[in-house]
Amino acid sequence: MKRAKLANFLIGTPTFVWLVVFYALPVLIMFLLAFKPVDANGGIGDGWTLRTVMELRNPSYPSIIWRTAWQGALSTALCIMMAVPISYQLARMAPRWRNLSLMLIIVPFWTNFLIRIYAWKVFLHPHGAFKTALVWLGLAEPSTQLLYNEWAVLAVMVYTYLPYAVLPIYAVAEKFDFSLLDAAKDLGASSFYAFRRVFLPGIANGIWTALMVVLIPALGAYLIPSLVGGPTSELLGDKIAQRVFVDRNLPHASALSALLMLAVFLPLLAGLVLRRLREARQSTEAERQAPAAAKEVRP
Amino acid sequence: MSRRCNRNSRFPFYVLMFAMVFLYTPLVMVAVASFNASKYGGAWKEFSLKWYVQLFHTGAIWEALVNTLVIALLATVFSTVLGTLSALALHRSRSRLKGIYYALVHTPLVVPDILLGISMLLLFVTVMDVCGGWLESLFGLRLELGMTTVVIAHVTFCLSYVAMVVLGRLKEFDNSLLEAAQDLGASGLYTFFHVTLPVIMPGIVAGALFAFTLSIDDFVITFFVKGAGDTTLPIYIQSAMRRGTPPVLNALSVIFLLLTFGLVFVTQNLLSKGKSE
Repeated sequence: MKRAKLANFLIGTPTFVWLVVFYALPVLIMFLLAFKPVDANGGIGDGWTLRTVMELRNPSYPSIIWRTAWQGALSTALCIMMAVPISYQLARMAPRWRNLSLMLIIVPFWTNFLIRIYAWKVFLHPHGAFKTALVWLGLAEPSTQLLYNEWAVLAVMVYTYLPYAVLPIYAVAEKFDFSLLDAAKDLGASSFYAFRRVFLPGIANGIWTALMVVLIPALGAYLIPSLVGGPTSELLGDKIAQRVFVDRNLPHASALSALLMLAVFLPLLAGLVLRRLREARQSTEAERQAPAAAKEVRP
Repeated sequence: MSRRCNRNSRFPFYVLMFAMVFLYTPLVMVAVASFNASKYGGAWKEFSLKWYVQLFHTGAIWEALVNTLVIALLATVFSTVLGTLSALALHRSRSRLKGIYYALVHTPLVVPDILLGISMLLLFVTVMDVCGGWLESLFGLRLELGMTTVVIAHVTFCLSYVAMVVLGRLKEFDNSLLEAAQDLGASGLYTFFHVTLPVIMPGIVAGALFAFTLSIDDFVITFFVKGAGDTTLPIYIQSAMRRGTPPVLNALSVIFLLLTFGLVFVTQNLLSKGKSE
């Protein structure tokens, strides 16, 4: 017994040490550097200061933070609004078509991230076919700029994160018992009512996962706004990179990063707690409904 | 309104079709542009393979590709070993520290990559600040950002993915197999190499493939921890993209897309075969 414990300790230690040194410690340094001053040649000064944190009240930040939150929420909502009907359709399709469609959704997901953004730069290019078609249809002026604004950022974000939203929702929808929907409709519910009151609660777990896996990278988005966004569509990620690579002000970059870290982890914790509560409620309900079965499963 | 007429709404089907058009229009346009002799996608000039020829003559791309593959191979080896070890430890542990260990392995998956990148940059900068001179005078070691720091960063973010995939496989694992082996007198190590390892092997391979792909795909973390002259393929593409849409990238995109299609097709087939057996 004791030997097994020692063996397990030895197996677990290398990764533990690695993650403490290269993950936990860096995050700690990030929070600490927010309270350090910057020195003249872009290094870290001596002593401690609250100035950097105070500078976050600089009037340009609230609008950037607001835009980051708003863009993140909007792209997440659009992804989920598309992913739910897509997953429904995928789950009800004949297996042959389902596998083909699923593969077509997965391929962009595995394609290099930069290639996907590049494709959008070509697509929205001022001399591109899409722009030409819009002008011909009278939907855009020849001077309309499709790239380098917040709409381009939003489109590319939805494009990038849509597969992230489809996969977890589809994984749950695939196991959903569709005869429940037929039953609801036989009892007089409309298609939409049955969808809303039977299907959506049935796939709620998948929607939660999709919400997390889309919203979190969207809040930290840096590459997309820096490549297809403009000066009026900067997000928090752009500002962090600017502070590192342009101004070489590491304490300031740390303060912004710490803020982003809190913005990501606080809702995540809230989400986890809510989920635990819901699961606990569901399992007590399940036990009430089938006490004998529940007892059999538990050893 | 009769119930029968909205029984099978076509709406989800239309959304799926819209998504397909949305996902593939930009990619198809890049593919078409890659065969266009004109520099701009708007006007078709004539069919040409000149951008592919140019791609094969751009030395910087090949150099970047070699760097990318070396980094990805090293990161895959280290992260697969570390990730698998941590999955085994997590699976067998009954310790109270398990929760902390699990959080340490799991949370890098949800931290936005820009934060992983900047925090590791801050670590390297702080270490160079605090003990850089000291290490150099004592051991002649020069600490600087470069390929080593990139590999360290890649190992760090890849190992969590490996650990989660292997842990998933371990959870499906039938513990009675272990008990049977031990009842028959097998030692701990013998059981590990002849029972546990073969069973979790598909998980380890899947995790390694995952790590390899993630490492090749990464731009943000590499960008933060790389040295001044280092390029990987994503870094090359990004710097080329800042100057517009050079047509040679169209050709590169098409090659990438074909490779991805091939890989996804093969793995899908393998998976569906594994399921039907």
